[in-house]
Amino acid sequence: MVIAIGFEGSANKLGVGIIRDQHILSNVRHTYVTPPGEGFLPRETAQHHRKYVLEVLQEALDDAKISLKDVDVICYTKGPGMGAPLTVTALVARTVAQLYNKPIVAVNHCIGHIEMGRLIAGTENPTVLYVSGGNTQIIAYSQQRYRIFGETIDIAVGNCLDRFARLLKLSNNPSPGYNIEQGEKLVLLPYVVKGMDVSFSGILSHMEEHLSKWLDTKAFTIEDLCFSLQETVFAMLIEVTERAMAHVGSNEVLIVGGVGCNERLQQMMNIMCEERNATLYATDERFCIDNGVMIAVAGLLQYKSKGGTPWTQTTCVQRYRTDDVYVSWRK
Amino acid sequence: MKDSELIVQGAEARLYKGIYLERTCLMKERFVKNYRHPELDARLTKDRIRAEARAIIRAKSAGIATPALYLVDLERRRIYMEYIENSTVLKNFIDENISGKMDVVHLLDFIGRGLGTVIAKLHSMHIIHGDLTTSNILLKNNSIESLCNNQSGAEAQFVMIDFGLARMDSTLEDKAVDLYVLERSLLNAHCEVPELFSRVFHYYQQHYQNKKQCEEILAKYKQVQARGRKRLMVG
Ligand SMILES: Nc1ncnc2c1ncn2[C@@H]1O[C@H](COP(=O)(O)OP(=O)(O)OP(=O)(O)O)[C@@H](O)[C@H]1O
Ligand SMILES: [Mg+2]
Repeated sequence: MVIAIGFEGSANKLGVGIIRDQHILSNVRHTYVTPPGEGFLPRETAQHHRKYVLEVLQEALDDAKISLKDVDVICYTKGPGMGAPLTVTALVARTVAQLYNKPIVAVNHCIGHIEMGRLIAGTENPTVLYVSGGNTQIIAYSQQRYRIFGETIDIAVGNCLDRFARLLKLSNNPSPGYNIEQGEKLVLLPYVVKGMDVSFSGILSHMEEHLSKWLDTKAFTIEDLCFSLQETVFAMLIEVTERAMAHVGSNEVLIVGGVGCNERLQQMMNIMCEERNATLYATDERFCIDNGVMIAVAGLLQYKSKGGTPWTQTTCVQRYRTDDVYVSWRK
Repeated sequence: MKDSELIVQGAEARLYKGIYLERTCLMKERFVKNYRHPELDARLTKDRIRAEARAIIRAKSAGIATPALYLVDLERRRIYMEYIENSTVLKNFIDENISGKMDVVHLLDFIGRGLGTVIAKLHSMHIIHGDLTTSNILLKNNSIESLCNNQSGAEAQFVMIDFGLARMDSTLEDKAVDLYVLERSLLNAHCEVPELFSRVFHYYQQHYQNKKQCEEILAKYKQVQARGRKRLMVG
């Protein structure tokens, strides 16, 4: 039996999670919420993490009913993410590793989402749609790598939803995209799919350009715009996921990442899957939103297959692609 | 269309083979996708059928090997075209004849030359394919025998299909992205032959008529590629 602890802080969520082999012992998270109309900035986010990290760590240990002495391996997010917040959690992880003389494992955040999704949802070899504030990727495993079949060629889908919500000054709690409500009239928006890649920036600028006209003339309501945005961007995502599945001959899909909690997205994916006799695997917000457990899960797999990360490599990087990681733990 | 039989169910279309005006014909029907809003579905389907028809006509008139267009039926979401007899999807060809095999340099070169030349021609005509993958290219079956003695005709062996995402009035950026999409799809689908894209790109540059424009596409391509590598991925 091996106990692993994971530290995550690459964006505005601070999380610490503890697992014993494949069992989750605790999963604690604290989110930095910004006022309506504002996004989170590196400095303030790092301050938030610094302020709460020890509290979150203690709570995770209490929930798991263990102390740091019982932990066998320390895992933390190496990247990708914002530099300052990443450094905070890495510093804590490194300190704990030194104090208790434990091995440490540097984890790629995206791989964390994937491995956690595979574990929780119980799917062996799915096509993965990874959608969050900073990422939009369609991933499939082959030959020791999670290969990116499709991705956004500009901004991430979550970023697109968040920026749109900010444009309308919707609340950021729990996340701006969450407050996108349902309208009924469909506005035609730019729909940009290139192969298995997607692009969202055109939608945003189109919205910015026409927003006041649409609202002033009462042609569309705010709800209509939210509805149309959601219908359009999700349709793009389902389309490229389906294309990737057809291309690799896969019949399982896993949705991970914060946007993956969206029920309409899951519903659309489910319809697509039913129509091609495939199965959808999704997780709920405890796991699809950034958390510490995902880092522990991926870290432990890595640890069991090739041991800890050499101390000099326990750094942080803002840019760290999913396909950079050599996946030693899979066949 | 007579005697039609379903041959493939693709991601967004069912493909039938049958007889139309005494010719073997392929009918591609873009079925309703229930996951998306009906209005969006109708609009996308129409756009794509139109795009496919236009691109086929334009490519054909530029001397690029594509199936001949027979008929478009927007109402029933169908397009009818020539059925390419005795051909193999390039993806399957590579999987069977190249991946993991020895002595494939000449085969790789043949594919690189064929694809590079065809794509250069398409781009010179300002046609962006929009979904360049080895699933969307057919290779004529007799081409292997003729390949050694007739290098210059390589491109005639490669038939481009699936123009639903094609665009016409193309910018440099569009062309660069088209190449980038191809590069990544080759890397993913054929990771055992990582040198494939560089072969294609080599012949692309060699056969792109307007050298100045080709330089500009190259520069744009590097930008697009760097953007992908450098993208910050927060969250
Ligand atoms: N003209 C043709 N002659 C012979 N076979 C064809 C022809 N067109 C398509 N095919 C076969 O059908 C398959 C799918 O065709 P196509 O790529 O046009 O559809 P699709 O991938 O479902 O389309 P989309 O990507 O728009 O959903 C091809 O890989 C090929 O095997
Ligand atoms: Mg196709």
